[in-house]
Amino acid sequence: MLEVERYELFAGPAYHFDLERRDFFKLLGGGLVLFLAFDHPAAAQESGRGGRGQGLPQTISAWLHISELGIVTVFTGKTEVGQNIRTSLAQAVAEELRAPIASITLVMADTGLTPYDMGTFGSRTTPTMAPQLRKMAAAARETLIDLAAEKWKVDRASITVADGRLKYSDQSVSFGELTHGQQLMKTVDEAPVTPANKWTVAGTSVPKTTARDMVTGTHRFTSDLVRPNMLLGRVLRPSAFNAKLASLDAKEAEPIKNVKIVHDGDFVGAVAPDELTLAKAIDALKAEWTADPQHSSQPSSKDLFAYLKSHPEESRQRTTPEQGSVEQGLKSSDFIREATYTVSYIAHTPLEPRAAVAEWTEGKLTVWTGTQVPFGVRSELAEAFSIPESNVRVIVPDTGSGYGGKHSGEVAIEAARLAKSAGQPVKVIWTREEEFTWAYFRPAGVIEVRGGTLKDGRIAAWEFHNYNSGGSGIETPYDVQNKKVEFQASASPLRQGSYRGLAATANHFARESHMDELAAAMGMDPLEFRLKNLKNERLRAVLQAAAAKFEWDKTKSIPTRGFGLACGVEKGGYVATCAEVSISQPDGKVKIERVVTAFECGAIVNPEHLKNQVEGGVIMGIGGAMFEAIEFDDGRILNPHLAKYRVPRFSDIPVLETVLLNRKDLPSAGAGETPIVGLAPAVGNAIFHATGIRIRSLPMVPQGLPNQPQPTA
Amino acid sequence: MELVVNQKHYRLEVHADRMLLWVLRDDLGLTGSKYGCGEGHCGACTVLIDGAPTRSCVTLANSVAGKPITTIEGLAQNGHLHPLQEAFIQADAMQCGYCTPGMIVSGAGLLKKNPHPTQAEIKEAMEGNVCRCGTYPRIVAAVQMAARTAGGQHA
Ligand code: FES
Ligand code: FES
Repeated sequence: MLEVERYELFAGPAYHFDLERRDFFKLLGGGLVLFLAFDHPAAAQESGRGGRGQGLPQTISAWLHISELGIVTVFTGKTEVGQNIRTSLAQAVAEELRAPIASITLVMADTGLTPYDMGTFGSRTTPTMAPQLRKMAAAARETLIDLAAEKWKVDRASITVADGRLKYSDQSVSFGELTHGQQLMKTVDEAPVTPANKWTVAGTSVPKTTARDMVTGTHRFTSDLVRPNMLLGRVLRPSAFNAKLASLDAKEAEPIKNVKIVHDGDFVGAVAPDELTLAKAIDALKAEWTADPQHSSQPSSKDLFAYLKSHPEESRQRTTPEQGSVEQGLKSSDFIREATYTVSYIAHTPLEPRAAVAEWTEGKLTVWTGTQVPFGVRSELAEAFSIPESNVRVIVPDTGSGYGGKHSGEVAIEAARLAKSAGQPVKVIWTREEEFTWAYFRPAGVIEVRGGTLKDGRIAAWEFHNYNSGGSGIETPYDVQNKKVEFQASASPLRQGSYRGLAATANHFARESHMDELAAAMGMDPLEFRLKNLKNERLRAVLQAAAAKFEWDKTKSIPTRGFGLACGVEKGGYVATCAEVSISQPDGKVKIERVVTAFECGAIVNPEHLKNQVEGGVIMGIGGAMFEAIEFDDGRILNPHLAKYRVPRFSDIPVLETVLLNRKDLPSAGAGETPIVGLAPAVGNAIFHATGIRIRSLPMVPQGLPNQPQPTA
Repeated sequence: MELVVNQKHYRLEVHADRMLLWVLRDDLGLTGSKYGCGEGHCGACTVLIDGAPTRSCVTLANSVAGKPITTIEGLAQNGHLHPLQEAFIQADAMQCGYCTPGMIVSGAGLLKKNPHPTQAEIKEAMEGNVCRCGTYPRIVAAVQMAARTAGGQHA
């Protein structure tokens, strides 16, 4: 198995429960508390770790409280970054509890209140957390039935639950009336959950539970928070990556009224009461930086791909054993195509830049910050300040998106360091330029592919070598007897990390483009060629669904209009994408006119939001496919502004059609990532069919089409 | 200096170089207007000044003293959401919601000027607003929906 999706290292902290059993009722008031124990080790790894708290189960993934007033609160360590899990998880709970969705509150991602969670990434929330919460809510429902049966002295089988009430013949009671005066605590690992084909709340399009706060501007993102006596803070950035501070002259900055300069080793920052004073203070600091000799020759974006190939990181190589013999397969092939594909570094560019508010009280630290990994950030903070994790609390307000880009805690540490010196709470909001420079990027990569086919269209040999862009989605879903697939990480010149659909986007771009190259070499229809080599039923189904909706058989590419398709499997989701592009003459401007995406990820939880996620993935994919690329030279980012780094805007959006295949018989997989992977190759293939120009680098058309048609092999 | 925000009058001492966005957010506590770039390229900070969508991150507070300013907090009237706010909820026109206030204010400004915009007019008017989550098609749908429900009378 090649699995190198995450680049960050998550060194798991030794976890200890801060809450003792009796603390729960002190904290939450009486009522009913349920803990969910893990049912399988994989889930434990995903969401929790062994607990050391007394009287508590060893592994807990979530808990649920029904107060004496009947208010339901669910605690989970997951974070809401726009993927809408606050609503979808509430739907799952409402379903099992048979209670209105409005009666359910989710407390998410607060290390002081919620169970340990490894982080919100990898499209894992829907497949792992939702079923767990479901189980816990089902257990709560069963417990309430027990309580009612006892109260009425009737057989529990004759009691029904609906709309947040329990009923027996003409009597009925609310949750609160049952939990009133109770201090009941239970650990569950099994409970009868509702099968997907009986869902009435989940599986429907419930509006986002926080929608009203969003449209009125009342939702408080981290950057909107205010604490009493809070100051604003900012860090002085080095002149280039890896530069070291040689000297600092703060003579002009220090006298500025209400400003405090903080200098600790290489860390230099300032705090001030308002943004203008803060900017003036940072500008007045005179620092000299020296280039780190170890990084004396930093490559630029121009020589990036040669650099990646020539700087392997030996320890991070994954190879699946060769199957059959590629050499033999190639020998027997009637057509052989060989090509190299490249992908650039791109930036997540979450619209809310990294932000944190830090506050120290008697040696204890509380930080509010937008991160997808709250417990990881807690560890980072504990380590940075040499304090126990039990003295650090990280709270994550619903965040202005992440796309895999907010897995680290730099801004939290910066705010905490400044707050420590200031003796007052400090808020740090990264500027857009900082976000473009000091965050991390989606890895760049080089992919070499060689494929051979027989006259009848069967693939005889497949060789695929990925340098640095990652191993996820690297295996071909097509039937090939002779194949060799490798991933080799490189010493990346830029800091790189997770990204929505990270490696799968690159690997699908290379594979699905190359499939098209092979089809073209044989003069075969690309759809027919794929189907001929595809046994996987779920993938066939989405491919056929997309082609039908797109009316693939009626398309005919001409120089100003092209049609292309691609498909793939990633993170349990199956996707097929058909794209139509227009090419304007003579400027070579390419516009994506229409995209049909067919997607299947098991049983659908919320169709409207799923559609929204699919569309969002496709639109984000347009940027990386068409024009997004980080340019850099000599340890500096050359385009750290939205004016120079182009992201998709209204005018880039094609007509989008989404076909959702609902497989109620299959468990639900996440949908935040997979729909992105088919877009780039489908568009690239469409450009080829129109123009004969095969573009093998992402982004494909940052400046429009190249003038001269490139050779096709 | 006096700022007139959402029909309320505020007397403030504001440094001449300060941008309206930060005065709204930090001095008046109106954090609905967001920082996305500080350079006029994302639209997250959009407010209406004299009814016209304006990037508050590149507008000096001083320069709009006395003029009527409307922020996202001022769109709902007497507890009734602006039709565009309703439409955003109906059309599920958000994911993380960070671009949402700027989008709604830009859209409200457009509807004021052009109560029945075509799709192309909506896209053109809102080209300066970025939604990184990619909810653009839904935002266009929401603006059209609001235009229909308000019957062109709103704002
Ligand atoms: S913050 Fe004003 S346009 Fe981006
Ligand atoms: S909803 Fe996230 S930026 Fe628009």
